[in-house]
Amino acid sequence: MQERELRDLIADVKTGRLSRRSFVQQMIAVGLTAPMAGMMLAQSGVAMAQTTFPYKPTKAGGGGLLKLLYWQAVTLLNPHFAIGTKDQEGSRIFYEPLAGWDAEGNLVPALAAEIPSKENDGLAEDGRSVVWKLKRGVKWHDGKPFTADDVVFTWEYARNPETAAVSIASYKDVQVEKIDDFTVRVVFAKPTPYWADAFVGNYGPILPKHVFADYIGAKSRDAPANLKPVGTGAYMFVDFKPGDVVVAKRNPDYHVANRPQFDTLEVKGGGDAVSAARAVLQTGEYDYAWNMQVEDEILLRLEAAGKGKVTITPSGNVEFIMLNATDPWTEVDGERASVKTKHPLFSDPAVRQAIGLLIDRTSIEKFIYGRTATATANFLNNPERFRSKNTKFEFNIEKANAILEAAGWKKGADGIRAKDGKALKFVYQTSINAPRQKTQAIVKQACQKAGIDVELKSVVGSVFFSSDTANPDTYPHFYCDAQMYNTTMPQPDPQLFMNQYVSWQIANKENKWQGRNISRWQNKEYDELYKQAEQELDAVKRAAMYIKLNDMVVGDNYIQPVAARSRVSAVKGGVTAHFSGWDNDLWQLANWYREA
Amino acid sequence: MGKYILRRLTIALPSLLGISLILFVLLALAPGDPFGELATNSNIPPEVAAALRVKFGIDDPIMIRYLRWLAAMLQGDWGFSFASRIDVDQLILQRVPTTLFVVGSSQILALAVALPVGVYAAMRPYSIFDQIANTFAFVGFSLPTFFTGLLLILVFSVNLGWLPFVYRADIPGSGWQWAWEYFKQAIMPIAVLGLFQAASYTRYVRSAVLDVIRLDYVTTARSKGLNEGKVVIKHVVRNALIPVVTLVALQMPAVFGGAIVTEQIFRIPGIGSLLISAILANDTPVIMAVTFVFACLVVVFNLLADIIYGWLDPRISYR
Repeated sequence: MQERELRDLIADVKTGRLSRRSFVQQMIAVGLTAPMAGMMLAQSGVAMAQTTFPYKPTKAGGGGLLKLLYWQAVTLLNPHFAIGTKDQEGSRIFYEPLAGWDAEGNLVPALAAEIPSKENDGLAEDGRSVVWKLKRGVKWHDGKPFTADDVVFTWEYARNPETAAVSIASYKDVQVEKIDDFTVRVVFAKPTPYWADAFVGNYGPILPKHVFADYIGAKSRDAPANLKPVGTGAYMFVDFKPGDVVVAKRNPDYHVANRPQFDTLEVKGGGDAVSAARAVLQTGEYDYAWNMQVEDEILLRLEAAGKGKVTITPSGNVEFIMLNATDPWTEVDGERASVKTKHPLFSDPAVRQAIGLLIDRTSIEKFIYGRTATATANFLNNPERFRSKNTKFEFNIEKANAILEAAGWKKGADGIRAKDGKALKFVYQTSINAPRQKTQAIVKQACQKAGIDVELKSVVGSVFFSSDTANPDTYPHFYCDAQMYNTTMPQPDPQLFMNQYVSWQIANKENKWQGRNISRWQNKEYDELYKQAEQELDAVKRAAMYIKLNDMVVGDNYIQPVAARSRVSAVKGGVTAHFSGWDNDLWQLANWYREA
Repeated sequence: MGKYILRRLTIALPSLLGISLILFVLLALAPGDPFGELATNSNIPPEVAAALRVKFGIDDPIMIRYLRWLAAMLQGDWGFSFASRIDVDQLILQRVPTTLFVVGSSQILALAVALPVGVYAAMRPYSIFDQIANTFAFVGFSLPTFFTGLLLILVFSVNLGWLPFVYRADIPGSGWQWAWEYFKQAIMPIAVLGLFQAASYTRYVRSAVLDVIRLDYVTTARSKGLNEGKVVIKHVVRNALIPVVTLVALQMPAVFGGAIVTEQIFRIPGIGSLLISAILANDTPVIMAVTFVFACLVVVFNLLADIIYGWLDPRISYR
């Protein structure tokens, strides 16, 4: 997908030949995010759509109790300390950012009066600043008015390393100035194409200055409001027991008319995903259950009870297999998988190509993930093909056999191919999780038919995903030939995401395996292009660059996408909820309602 | 007596120290750390992750961390939860009432079933009643609680729709309606835990009573013309209770420790579920505090059991 093609597509959206939705879907198909696609359209003069959420109640209140079930319980209620999604969700009940992202990449104002654009002079020509106008008449839950001081304070709070906020990356490189009581300017150190980061989405919620002012920096952990939030949201704090329950009540002074409908709100935590699905879909004890990591087969059976239904929201998560570019079995200078080595098998492109052909993505989608994921793969190699609605990826054992044969890998007496005395055997690891073990088995079976012997290894999730420098079984060590996991795009902008393959991010002993490039794949051209993309102001050019970067990685077959996983939640019948794959599930909580 | 308790306490102290040291070292050596999730989050620069580690002192040598923990513990500071960013004692105290209510009631239920059934079965060994009681006892402790728990949920929540299976510790309101709501949700977990416990207690009570009931002094009591009730309660049960008391006393720490599996199934916010979520989140201060409190309770209740022996059987003396 070249820059010109992108421009053509955008022109189609402008003239109405292509719907905004299908444009966004195509961008997701080439590895971009919906928010980024939205940015591209906005910069090209296609205004962000005014997202409206269907909301039938004619007055606030009267909706009774809304019961939400999280199988991982909320443990704290400060959005800037929220380590996991569950804590972000819990905090989002009370706090709001200036704007959030909808499913189609539109910015939807929450505490902002309007979304900055070139037309309303919100965006500077040189890409060095953005001006946010704030909504007037908003009150904190304790009655104090919300002003620009709170926004500036939130920046000071989050960017202070002593505070140890998880949102620091969004705030540390910007300057925030107050223009008047209801206007702030965010100034970037260098031209920044992706301006909607600070104060937007997951890491954007604004904190009240009058409550947190004494608890900035090292004292941040003592703030009573970490557990008793004072926000601007549709619901106010009543009670919180960490790891168990959050109780909230309707905010009578909420800044949007007629909202919210529910009088009280309860977020219960704990247990497991299957029984959470059961409590919504089968017994109807709860109105909503979060993150249904349950096999689709079970979800279908529970849905049959007719009490509720499963909602599937596309997002940026991709389950993929990564091949090691270095040799994990040879120790050099006290570390295995050193960049000074080359993988004995995977350094042959034919082997990588063959493995790509041996992943039966269709079966994996059909038999393992069902509706909760879509097979995704080699289309990134082939920009022409992604235009077709039914993207086909190849699963072809004969072709894989032919490629290996041609490259000189001959079958031995045991049916395993070998070349120059090296047998085609490798170890393939992942975390313990039923769908992953099934995927492993499908890949192993196909490989066997092509004369490749695969040894499967599974590691407990808490070890695999830990940052323990002493444990060789963690995924950043990657002391293994191949591994599989789900990569999440925590940020709508792919810049951070794509640094996973730059050479200066290689995970090794020296950086205690903190580097983000785990496959240790290196490519000079990629590095150069990445640096260019960081500086590129034109949203469309930049998108084209990211698509190219994506192609380079996937085209080299070291990275093998398997399936794009969606966010799945369960909602009880009669309840209308609004989700977006690019923001928290509760981002539009104020607009949820129940019909009798 | 006083001297005896003092001596036992002085023995308990070093063993508690030893337990805490072992727990601490084990936790420090275990894989994973509380900030593991930060490392996989690309939005958090490594400097911040490092700053957090320094702030919470995770990278210091084990012995220094242990001594720091011990000093704090002696001053009543149980530590600070990494996951919730609040003090551990607050976290634990929030969960004590629920745990005491659910696990305590289940123990009472277990004793209320096991004592009469066990004694009656032993009075008529190999009768039909004894056979039935035995069969149920075997079935009862062969079925794990996660199985009976799910079974009850399927029957009473999913099929019949009578009882809720998500436990809410914060039901609003008061009065009879509230008490009934509260009790209704506790029926299943109490039944699961109580009947499981009752099954093994029944076996113990039965065999303990059987041992005693054939002794000569019981025959003497009967020949004196005492009625059967008096013989059983005053002469038999009192002596038969000694092994049962040991058993129950050793179960008491579990009343405070909660029931990990059952709490997880019914989402009861007890100490067991706190422990399991702390383990999953690698929240070491919480794991440490809960397990250590648990160890203290075991030591204390052992001592209590020894004291109760003397009351039940004055021949046991303390020297």
